[in-house]
Amino acid sequence: MYPFSFVTAPSTREALAAGRRGGRYIAGGTTLVDLMRETVERPGTLVDISRLPLRDITVIERGGLRIGALVTMSDAAAHRKVRTLYPVVAQALELSASAQLRNMATIGGNIMQRTRCTYFRDVTATCNKREPGTGCAAQEGFHRTHAILGTSEECVATHPSDVAVAFAALEARVHLLGPDGQRTVPFADFLLRPGDTPNREQALHQGELITAVEVPAYPRPLRSGYLKVRDRQSYEFALTSAAVALHVRGGVIREAKVAAGGVGTVPWKLPAVEEALIGERPSERLWARAAGSAADGARPLTHNRFKVELLQRTVERQLRIVGDST
Amino acid sequence: MSTETPESAASPPARSPSTPSRRTFIATTTAAGGVVAAGGLVAGPALLGAQEAAAADASPSSRVSLTVNGERHIVTVDNRTSLLDLLREHLDLTGSKKGCNAGACGACTVLVDGRRVNSCLILAVRLEGAEVTTVEGLARGERLHPLQQAFIDQDAFQCGYCTPGQIMSGVGCIEEGHTGSADEIRESMSGNLCRCGCYVKIVRAVEQASGRK
Repeated sequence: MYPFSFVTAPSTREALAAGRRGGRYIAGGTTLVDLMRETVERPGTLVDISRLPLRDITVIERGGLRIGALVTMSDAAAHRKVRTLYPVVAQALELSASAQLRNMATIGGNIMQRTRCTYFRDVTATCNKREPGTGCAAQEGFHRTHAILGTSEECVATHPSDVAVAFAALEARVHLLGPDGQRTVPFADFLLRPGDTPNREQALHQGELITAVEVPAYPRPLRSGYLKVRDRQSYEFALTSAAVALHVRGGVIREAKVAAGGVGTVPWKLPAVEEALIGERPSERLWARAAGSAADGARPLTHNRFKVELLQRTVERQLRIVGDST
Repeated sequence: MSTETPESAASPPARSPSTPSRRTFIATTTAAGGVVAAGGLVAGPALLGAQEAAAADASPSSRVSLTVNGERHIVTVDNRTSLLDLLREHLDLTGSKKGCNAGACGACTVLVDGRRVNSCLILAVRLEGAEVTTVEGLARGERLHPLQQAFIDQDAFQCGYCTPGQIMSGVGCIEEGHTGSADEIRESMSGNLCRCGCYVKIVRAVEQASGRK
């Protein structure tokens, strides 16, 4: 780990001032400290934001939820409103990492976490995300866990978060505060596909701070859930995952929100699946037909071809699990 | 155990102080012992970029006041020092173990302000005012904590290396109330790996201490 200077921000204003000077924000630190130790991350200054007042979960006017950026994963997962209004969020959190890490990691940090691509984490390997222009060792190397959707010539790394998949499905909004004031970014625009700048991962300006993630209101009842498929039953990243939320009224699906994880360079929203569900009556055939388009546009590599069918099956199963309970 | 990271290159302070140099940082000063301890060579200047070197010269270390097992410590540590290294290398509390040093194995689990965390991923300088409990702080005198006793009763370890982390994680698991079933305990304890494979008995020990059995 390279040396760095350290400051604790006593207030949001002082955090932003330090951020503007190039300081790097640290909240839970579970990704950042690990990557600093691997010398993948080399911040000159760390700005500890853990004392800022961003720890509340509040019901917003229209009935959605606003989750403060510094709420820990375990607190968010245990929160009564999160569990009753958005089970898909609580489940995605509980299926992530370990109890210890969930006690440390925050909601804001979770959506900022960096890829688990082993070549990104290995400073002796080429990686366009870590060092632009050096190449992508993953495409020639071992890429069983890598992305099949949203990839580019430059990068095939997956986004590792589970709760980000739930946020993507539910069309959450990210609240930001920066030197130029507040702004809100739709979740779909917050995380960036690699394109030819895989080193740029979020639509953040210099020194901007995530203050909250807002999940919008939906017609009730909204049934939802998260399914995660992985190499071991617990404490593992997703090979594939599906976040599904459905509102059924009068026997007809009126709202369908679906996204997939473990397969994309960003959480992968599935509008074709959603469209296939809207206006239809729940049935076995409907789940299979809708999930059939889950991997549309996939560009698998040699070792991850299995993800195409696994993704379709993951989505189909989760549609059935959520749909049959409506 | 990592052998290449700068922080582990720091030699155990009080026992073998090395000659201070420009790149040698004062590793820790404990108020309790009053010992000024020098760490080893941290990194050669040639390895450092200009920006990093500037940062290092600015303020490579910080002072922090925290409570460990009920005892208050005021220490000055290299900013890179993890809580785990502070405990093991500077406070001589070697119960918490360094397995992966990457938050993947759970051997370093301790409680910070009552919640179980991976001490290898916590920078010590962030713990101003925190209360830390390690496995050394569980027993009351000669009386073991119920979970420590349960690990003995259930024969829940072989080599013992992961055991302090398992016990601290188990204490957290019980506190959090994730002991409704053996399955729930297994899921809640999945952040603690045991290469000897004592999982079945570890679950039984947590059940025993939680009063389920």
